[in-house]
Amino acid sequence: MMENSRRSFLKIAGVAAAGLGLKPVTDVFASGGLQKQSSPIGDVSKGKDVLTAKRWAMVIDVKKMAHDGTAHKCIEACHKLHNVPKMTNKRHEIKWIWEEEFHHAFPGKHHEHIAEAIEHAPFLVLCNHCENPPCVRACPTKATFQREDGIVLMDFHRCIGCRFCMAACPYGSRSFNFRDPRPFIEETQENFPTRMKGVVEKCNFCAERLAVGKQPACVEVSGGALVFGDLDDENSDVRKVLKSDYVIRRKPGLGTGPQIYYKV
Amino acid sequence: MLERVLNGNKNYWAWLMVLMSIIGVAVVFYLYQLWFGLGVTGMSRDVSWGFYIAQFTFLVGVAASAVMLVLPYYLHHYKAFGKITVLGEFVAIAAVTMCLLFILADLGQPQRMLNVIFYATPHSMLFWDMIVLNGYLFLNVIVGWNALSAESKGVPPPKWIKPFIYLSIPWAVSIHTVTAFLYCGLPGRGFWLTAVLAPRFLASAFAAGPALLILLCLLLRKLTRFDAGKEAIQMLSKIATYAIIINVFFFFCEVFVACYSQIPEHMDHLKYLFFGLHGKGALVPFMWLSMILMFTGIFMLIIPKVRTNESTLAVACVAIFIGTWIDKGLGMISGGFVPNPLHHVNEYIPTIPEIMITIGIYAIGMLVLTVLYKMAISVKEEAAGLS
Repeated sequence: MMENSRRSFLKIAGVAAAGLGLKPVTDVFASGGLQKQSSPIGDVSKGKDVLTAKRWAMVIDVKKMAHDGTAHKCIEACHKLHNVPKMTNKRHEIKWIWEEEFHHAFPGKHHEHIAEAIEHAPFLVLCNHCENPPCVRACPTKATFQREDGIVLMDFHRCIGCRFCMAACPYGSRSFNFRDPRPFIEETQENFPTRMKGVVEKCNFCAERLAVGKQPACVEVSGGALVFGDLDDENSDVRKVLKSDYVIRRKPGLGTGPQIYYKV
Repeated sequence: MLERVLNGNKNYWAWLMVLMSIIGVAVVFYLYQLWFGLGVTGMSRDVSWGFYIAQFTFLVGVAASAVMLVLPYYLHHYKAFGKITVLGEFVAIAAVTMCLLFILADLGQPQRMLNVIFYATPHSMLFWDMIVLNGYLFLNVIVGWNALSAESKGVPPPKWIKPFIYLSIPWAVSIHTVTAFLYCGLPGRGFWLTAVLAPRFLASAFAAGPALLILLCLLLRKLTRFDAGKEAIQMLSKIATYAIIINVFFFFCEVFVACYSQIPEHMDHLKYLFFGLHGKGALVPFMWLSMILMFTGIFMLIIPKVRTNESTLAVACVAIFIGTWIDKGLGMISGGFVPNPLHHVNEYIPTIPEIMITIGIYAIGMLVLTVLYKMAISVKEEAAGLS
């Protein structure tokens, strides 16, 4: 009879859909879950100039940063290079790197008698490219992922815009495209992608510049206030600074392992 | 069974028309949001979750509360609930449907939603939330439909749905626990980083859900010949009473921990919610209203005379439902995001498009519930007429 066969068709269709949807999930468990899977486009070979590291990190010399205009230069270099839009509505603001005062960058470390040099110094804040990133833990699609060299990157094409990573970040480093950003980019740089509305973005440690042997943009224009290098390399600039000077990190007690060190 | 949905009186169809018009308007607003982006809402870089996720969080609790009928009836053979377990399951279906729609409405790239399945990520709580929500919807559709279908044929429900029914009991607890785990595992959000968040979610769910069920049963008695029975309604009211007391007690525990330890970072979120911070305090009147409503609900429900009188019971249920809605639907999200991790205070106020889309999704839930209840009540009235 018509009713029964339509009903059985729907039942079978439902079971089939459930079964098809189950395959990727069982694939993940079958493969051991968190083991690396081979790239679908084959192995990508590295360029000849690429800078490699085991763990990229950055040291910010706060006193050097306080020199007039340095912080601003760093921010402008980054935002211009990466097509970061200048949104007019503050709620929709997108920033990869910006200035904060000490008691905002380090809430909890502040006290009434902070040294004047520190109290008024510009503190550059950005994504900390944590060793143990809570944003990567939270992302349901691995659109936010950690590379072998420690850089936390974003796949703008996979991001579903759920903003769970933004809730997970303890540092407020992430921005969301609440609307199409393209009309708000002053001068589009053709060699770096612009993003679409509905995806999250943040500092990428200039992975595209490291790939061709260049330093991150902010480091290049900082006049030595920013030092960038491989923590695993004893002779790197960052290790030299860390050996000789005391540095602080933002919210170290949370166990995220931030890789931006502030020499105060 | 579905054909019973089409036999309604004038009021029934008028109600459906009203709901569908609201949904139509909301669809237009959603198309606007799809075109412009989530910037049409009041969300910001600092408060990156708002009304949509708040409603999802609240409704997950309402959905879970179906277990408050299923557990006593199927595990402990509490006969009085036998008539209305299907009603609870149908509330669960409507509520989970709304949850899924709210999540969809909140996505920046909704057409990519299947990525959560294609790139399954078991270490993400959102992945598990997708699984448990869809699983719970599936369970309630299977169980509710088959139980009702059996009732319409005058036979006991088929034996094979028993395992699904038993599964739905821990599964109900899991949907709300996993949703709480979205929040309480985030290291940077001190307001949510509390072990008592999941228990508190469950307590407020088991207050709001039964309160809603009581109101629906009273409404059904007015609109149809279906009577849930005084005993069932009274037992639901007792469950709601204990649950709301536990919810308020858990909240009091959180207030104590923050305010006695006097750790500024922990106190600041509560300060923002109840007294305002740095001159910003849009939520202050709502939070106090929520407290007043919940306490009023408690004081009304613990007096047996007030609880047994169904008019005053209805008032208490409304107070509890709205009170818990403000608590979860307004306070929890903003409280977690304000002040932000850098200790700036940027407030969140929903916009008109956001509110219209929210109302539209609630209308869809009410449409689903109306249709399912029409079916259920028709079946039950026929069964009662036959016996």
